[in-house]
Amino acid sequence: MTEPADRDLDLFEPRETDVFAGFEGDIPGEPGRIETWIRAYGPAAVAFVVVLVLWEALTRAFDVETFLLPKPSEIAQRFVVNFDVIWAAGFRTFFEALGGFVVGGVLAVVMALATVRWSAVREGLLPFAIAANTMPIIALAPIANNWFNVTSPVSKMAVVAVIVFFPVMINTARGLLEVQPEELELLRAAAATPRQILRLVRIPSALPFFFSSLKVASALSIIGAIVAEYFGGPQDVLGQYILNRANLFQFPDAWAAIVVASIIGITFYMVIVVAERLAMPWHVSLRETDTA
Amino acid sequence: MSDAVVLARGVGKVFGAGAARVEALTGIDLRIDQGEFISLIGPSGCGKSTLLRLIGDLLQPSTGELIVNGKEPRQARLDRDYGIVFQQATLLDWRTVRANVELPLEIMGVPKDERQARATEMLSLVQLEEFADHHPWQLSGGMQQRVAIARALSFRPALLLMDEPFGALDEMTRELMQQEVLRIWTETETTVVFVTHSIPEAVFLSTRVVVMSPRPGRISQVVDVPLPHPRNVDTRESDDYYRLITEVREALRRGEER
Repeated sequence: MTEPADRDLDLFEPRETDVFAGFEGDIPGEPGRIETWIRAYGPAAVAFVVVLVLWEALTRAFDVETFLLPKPSEIAQRFVVNFDVIWAAGFRTFFEALGGFVVGGVLAVVMALATVRWSAVREGLLPFAIAANTMPIIALAPIANNWFNVTSPVSKMAVVAVIVFFPVMINTARGLLEVQPEELELLRAAAATPRQILRLVRIPSALPFFFSSLKVASALSIIGAIVAEYFGGPQDVLGQYILNRANLFQFPDAWAAIVVASIIGITFYMVIVVAERLAMPWHVSLRETDTA
Repeated sequence: MSDAVVLARGVGKVFGAGAARVEALTGIDLRIDQGEFISLIGPSGCGKSTLLRLIGDLLQPSTGELIVNGKEPRQARLDRDYGIVFQQATLLDWRTVRANVELPLEIMGVPKDERQARATEMLSLVQLEEFADHHPWQLSGGMQQRVAIARALSFRPALLLMDEPFGALDEMTRELMQQEVLRIWTETETTVVFVTHSIPEAVFLSTRVVVMSPRPGRISQVVDVPLPHPRNVDTRESDDYYRLITEVREALRRGEER
């Protein structure tokens, strides 16, 4: 099986799991849980702090203008002052992103299943889906605002749904279709029905592809919602907040909103990582031992 | 005739058409009786795996007549008359060892209690009871292949098809596995068709060795192996064993030269 194509997005996944717990081949002197966590997350935490300190120090040392690049301390201050407003906007934006994510994801899975069932869908539509996946779908945002009423969150959800649909559908279809030939022979030898083949082999084989695409789609959904908001609509959402504060030269406010967008995006991603672990604890990527 | 588990008359298989046409098998006449252990041996391209897949109805013959367990191969497959083991164990990673063994039974709709009982029985046959709740990737290659054998035998088929099952194992494990398979063959009285490219393996295991040659794939000779059972380490050191290995080797060479 080919590796799902989101390796660069796996930054937030710890390398350690305890799937080997209780296995007889347990490595002697295996580090404890806390040590494991430090080893897994420590370097990233240190890098994060170093970047913040450098940022603060350099902006102070060179007296960088706030409208070019605010100091982290300024951003933090605005984050605290505007906490309620920014988070309220953040949740509205997240609601749009989530709505589009669910609609796009469900449609994508239905279409992916259809590619397995009907070769006409596979041969006729899949090439177009792959082509569409390379298009800058966000460019549709003004059109979706026009179609679905710019004041309604549905117009933003529509954009997000389209953005989410293509990667999820293509990857899930690939996972469902690219089953090892010997696994299919095995099931055929046992006289399994197409439905049994789907349930017993195709769907489990597609799960890694499906979750990889969901991880990509979770990030895309937040981006899609915010960019769609730039093209107009209610003012109490992140996209409009960032746009308005930037127009007023209140860049630390805009940066604080970007921090909130990042926190929401990372949290969304982490929820999917957890769901992935629960759904497929058997998967190769989740049973690596530390080789460092 | 009633005892024939596999009966092939003039079986041929052609892949592709036009310039890409390959005659994989031609004029295969073979009768395999109940309780036999038959090895198909030959160089790459002799069609030994193709013949195994024709018997299993994973491929269909282009010419000739093939009867498996007294019926059309397709019907034999639908009736689950055979179990199959591939070169790769082909265990499903998301299932435990036990659940992998139960897979064919689950497909057949066997009730849960019976499935569990049968899986326990089969795992004890291949001596892996204590690994029932492990996942395939926690087992060594040899153990994985034993699980695959347990799975293939879980529904007690009349016929066991094995396609180079030990090809990916090291020599030591391989000899242990050969001993295992002979024990299982004796205990279950299953008929076995075993594809290999190892001459000693074919001789050690088989009651008859079917020697095949390529371009087009055909049977060049059938060598009887009258070595006594049970076979063990002493068998591997006996003069008869060496004599039969030489006989098969010469048959292979004659097939190549023809």
